[in-house]
Amino acid sequence: MTRPKRYLTPRKRAEGKGAAHVGTEHHWSMMVSAVGLAFLVPVWLIIVGKALGSSRADVLDTFSQPFPAILTGLVLIVGLRHFVMGAQMMSEDYFRGTRRKLALIGGVAFGWTVSAIGLYALVKIAL
Amino acid sequence: MANAKQVERPLSPHLQIYRWQLPMITSILTRVTGHALIFGGLMVYWWLFCAAVSDEYFQIANAVATSWFGDIVLTGSLWAVWYHYLAGLRHLVFDAGHGLDVPTATKLGWGLIIGSVVLTVITILVVQ
Repeated sequence: MTRPKRYLTPRKRAEGKGAAHVGTEHHWSMMVSAVGLAFLVPVWLIIVGKALGSSRADVLDTFSQPFPAILTGLVLIVGLRHFVMGAQMMSEDYFRGTRRKLALIGGVAFGWTVSAIGLYALVKIAL
Repeated sequence: MANAKQVERPLSPHLQIYRWQLPMITSILTRVTGHALIFGGLMVYWWLFCAAVSDEYFQIANAVATSWFGDIVLTGSLWAVWYHYLAGLRHLVFDAGHGLDVPTATKLGWGLIIGSVVLTVITILVVQ
């Protein structure tokens, strides 16, 4: 990669920036969502694990209750946000230029699409 | 970082001769499991979506989720989620500046591998 010649000291160029040329917000956001998921996921695994393989009526019954529905929504949104930001890190590590941009845009679009589908399911079951 | 000196030299770490070791393997596995988890997540939320939509959709999703293919994806995802979970906790510990000496890091590495398998088995037993 060719770098433009600028009169910047190495420190000035690096300060507050990682490989992605933004600050530490990304890392902090990953930490926050990781702690959130650490509380959400174990309970969610049990609820989903018990519901998997049961009849449709039982599945609808489980996820129409407030706690499983809200928990499943939180895991969906927080989990996908955590996933998309993790995938963003991988795109930034392995891709450059146009391919990187497309991978980043695709990741965000994918994350929100799946979020919308999941929320639609939860709302339809709840109502 | 700086472009002051561009010296031709081998890149470090030199991957062909780099000895595989536990902290390295467990770190790579964290990224692999995190990304692979999208398959298990998609299957579960697709199954939920089908349950929400209609009987016909649910029959298909339920058949896939309870087939040998579904068993492999979901059981693999269960291990992946526990592995990624423990690795994430280790990341928080490392970030706080603890456990970075080699003996402790090695113990934590084995903790991830053994712990993830144990938690997977426990979860399967609990939800059965």
